[in-house]
Order: sequence, then C-alpha cells, then structure tokens
Amino acid sequence: MDKGDMVPTPGVSSDTPGFDAVVVGAGPAGSAAALALARAGRSVVLVERGPFPGSKNVYGGVVYGRVLDEVVPEWWNEVPVERWVVRRSTMMMTGSQSVSVDYRSAAWGEVPYNGMTTLRSRFDNWLATKAVEAGAQLVTSTVATGLLRDAHGRIVGVRTDRDRGELRANVVVACDGVNSFLAKEAGLMPPAEASHHTLGVKEVLDLPGHVIDERFGLRRSEGVDIEMLGCTRGIPGGGFLYTNSDTVSLGVVLSLPHLAEAKVRPEELIADLKNHPSVAPYLRGATLREYAAHLIPEGGYDTMPTMVTDGMLVAGDAAAMTLAAGLWLEGVNFAIGSGLAAGRAVDRAIAAGDCSAKGLASYRSDLEGQFVLADHKRFRKAPALVLSERIQQRYPGLICDLVDGMFTVTNPVPKPGGVRLTRSVAAKHGVKLRQLAADTVRALKVFG
Amino acid sequence: MSAAGGVPGSGHEVPGGTWRGISFEDRMATVEFRVGERAHITVDSEVCRSCTTKACVTACPANLFAPTSGGGILFNYEECFECGTCYMVCNHEGAITWTYPDGGLGVVFHQG
Repeated sequence: MDKGDMVPTPGVSSDTPGFDAVVVGAGPAGSAAALALARAGRSVVLVERGPFPGSKNVYGGVVYGRVLDEVVPEWWNEVPVERWVVRRSTMMMTGSQSVSVDYRSAAWGEVPYNGMTTLRSRFDNWLATKAVEAGAQLVTSTVATGLLRDAHGRIVGVRTDRDRGELRANVVVACDGVNSFLAKEAGLMPPAEASHHTLGVKEVLDLPGHVIDERFGLRRSEGVDIEMLGCTRGIPGGGFLYTNSDTVSLGVVLSLPHLAEAKVRPEELIADLKNHPSVAPYLRGATLREYAAHLIPEGGYDTMPTMVTDGMLVAGDAAAMTLAAGLWLEGVNFAIGSGLAAGRAVDRAIAAGDCSAKGLASYRSDLEGQFVLADHKRFRKAPALVLSERIQQRYPGLICDLVDGMFTVTNPVPKPGGVRLTRSVAAKHGVKLRQLAADTVRALKVFG
Repeated sequence: MSAAGGVPGSGHEVPGGTWRGISFEDRMATVEFRVGERAHITVDSEVCRSCTTKACVTACPANLFAPTSGGGILFNYEECFECGTCYMVCNHEGAITWTYPDGGLGVVFHQG
C-alpha cells in the first residue's frame, strides 16, 4: 500500500499509547485542529485517507486568508498561492446574453490581501505540514472506518483500515468531509439529505499565464473570480471561473435533487458554459488538465449537525460549514476557523478533565462568537432565497433583457421609458412587479 | 486559433469552436485513479429493477452507472470521484451501498 507521497507516515498499531486527540481528515479543518492541539502541547494524530493531504479535495477555488493570521504570521509570504484575486465579477446570463457587476480593488492585490486562488493538493498539504511541524503525527493512506466506544458507549477513538489500526484518544475530532461517516455513526447527523447538497463539477484548463493576464486584464500574480447565475438550464445553482497561475478553473454547482430530476449530465452543463459567447473567448485554445467533482453541503446554518457529543466534535464540511449564500461563496476559511476552535476546545476539555459533551460545549459558543457561525447565522435564509425559482430561472434573463432594452438602439422606434420597459420585460419573464418588490424586500431582510 | 495568443495545441475544440468534442474517455483520462481490488460501491440490482427514476445514471459525474436491458443497474467503481452523489440521489433505501476505498486508493486529485 502507498504510504504517502509527500509526508512520512509513521506506523500505527494498538501498541501506540492513547493520544490526547485523533483528528480524522487532513483537510483545512483537520489540519487546523491538529495544529491548535499540537501547539497547546497535546499529543495528536491526524489521519488522512488519501495518499497526501488534499488528494481527495476539490473546491472552486478561492481561499479567504485572514483566518490564517492565527496560523502563521505573514502567511502570504509562504502560502502556495496561484493568484491574488483583485477582480470579482458577478455575471447574470441567458444562453446568449450576460450582465456583469464587476468590482476591482487595488487593495485586494496588497498585503494582507482578500482572496487567493490556490489548488487543494498544494494548500491542504501546506497546512498539514504546519501541523506536523508543530508536533502532530500525520498518518496518510488510512481510512477511519468507525468509532471506538467504551463500555458506557462513550467515544474513545477510531478504528482504521490498517493492521492493528485502532487509535485511542480522549477526543475524536471528525473533519471527515461532506459525507462524514463518523458524524452519522455518532448520531450527530441525519441520513444524507440530497436537498441540502449541491454537486460541484470542475475543469482545470491549461492556459499560459501571459495569455490569462491579457485576456482577463491582469498583471502577473493578480487573479479574477467570476461567479455566474443563469447558466445551468434552470437547475438551481451557478457557474464559476477562477484564474490560477497557468490554468483556469471553470465549473458549475448544481442542486442535487434538481440535477437528478433534470436528467442532464453534469459535464454537458460545463460544455454549455464553455460555449457561452461571454465565456468562450476567455478559454480559446485551453486544454483540459483535470476534471473533478465533489459535493458541497449548502444547506446552511439550519441544516448543520449537532457539533458535540461525548468524546467527539465535528468541524468543516462535516459540520456543513460552507457559506453558499449567492454573493458569498466561502468554505475553506470556515473549515480552518472551526478546526482551530475545535482544537482549542479539546485542549480546554482535557485540561479540565472533562471530555464529555458538556466539557466540549465551549466549541459551539466559541464558534457562535466569531465569524464561523455568526456569518452562517446571519445568512441562514440565504440558501433558500438564492436557490429559489425566480432568482434562478427568471431574474437573470429579466435583468439581461432590461439592459438590452436600455441600450439597444431601436431607431426609428423611440426609446421606451423605464417604467414601461420594466413592466414589459417583467411580463415577458412571468414576473409580477409585486413579486419583484416582495423579492427585493426579502433579499434586504436575508442579506441586511 | 490565434498564433499571436501563444496558446499551444488546438485545445479540445471541434470545428465551429464548440467544446463537445471531448470524449468522456478523454475527460476521465485526465484524472488519476489508484484502483483497489475491493469495490467500494455495491448496487443491489434487484432493488433497482423497481426504480423508475434511476437518477444515478445521469447524475453521477463519472458516469459509472448504466441501466441494463433487464431493468437493473450495471456499475463500475474504478473511476469514482468518491463524491457521494449516487447514494444521495438514490431514492431506494439500500440500493446503493457506498464506503470509501481503502486507504491510499481511489481518486487522487492534483488540481482540486
């Protein structure tokens, strides 16, 4: 069996004395938890099922880095960044039109930056290496296959698929991703609910760096983030395009039950997007480097699992901590924030000699008091709004036709007035002005 | 394609500039899979025979599920992204059993 491509893998056996904590999953949440624990002087083993950290992970991808201030001072000097996002564009589109709201900031290209494009095989490995340097023991190519419980039913570690591979610990930190088998086994999460998940499919396309610079109006190390609405044949979701150093990441995110119902294959929607007249010119001549897919837990605050039980807590995607609130699309920052908080909570619980749910409860209150849960709570109604029928299927076309009506010169026919134009365009798209007003109020409430 | 752009190769464009020319095999050939001997997906085709939607067939991004003439489902676990779409869209309890491949095996993303 492969013992890990990038990080040395120590042996695992039942002879190994118990750890203070076993962290399952060396993604951003798990590595952050292991790092916090190791820095607190706790013994921690970090179990990763892939051959190296990041090998099972896919995202859009932008990481918002300020959460790393707590991890490494001046992290921007060493993080494996592709490009710093200085341009963020929201594109509303139909099959042949698009309207973009395009923001560009010089400040986003300077320390401490805002968002960065990076690839998970590099970023996750970098963060795991920080945990290892702090003293965590990383074990790759190892699946945590189930929970170990004592006679009272309390969780006391995990089983792995290694020979004699039981790992005993005071606390298990489950950072095992969107499908979290450990959270389900612990009874913290109901059975998988398709409606709380989206499928992300992505193509990474080779395109020389200087071509990316020219096509997107960038200087080296500057990047762009384009989010798209109205490009998924009515399936709730959206599209994205991010520039990396010498590649472009392009894909779509699709509501699972609606994708299933539509009987459309995901890669056909990517093909649609690549052929769109507003997107195709950016990609001319680009070749496919890697195709990928991953689920996203998009249900938001109200669909999060119970986060703490006796001897275990849950962080990152396993706790549904992605903010897919339309205008904001974040996840890695929440994973890191929740992982750090989990590590701190476990350290406090061990110090107090109480690793029960009660002893670990400070995890939740810590998260509520900072961005991790505060942001999710603020935008708890956003997923339902953003994925609603009018936002998804009617407004992109309505907005495109409004702009078309304003700027298409129809001589000798006189220009329509704004009110008449709005009325006729809304009617064409089956939207009543009353609904438009109600949705505006709702959006102000959800995002306000 | 413009030579001035300095882009090597002709991409996967077909004449007319569309992208539909990428075969699914070529698409999947860009992904590294370390295939294990144990199938981490199992399908109870008996259950599938009564399924009217067979949502897994179109939704699986790796196209691993195919309907058989007998109404069942033929599946392949070898080029699986391990995303979980199949069991989540499956509306028949117990039809698809899904676990992770053994440690170190399965998909290896380099550009995720």
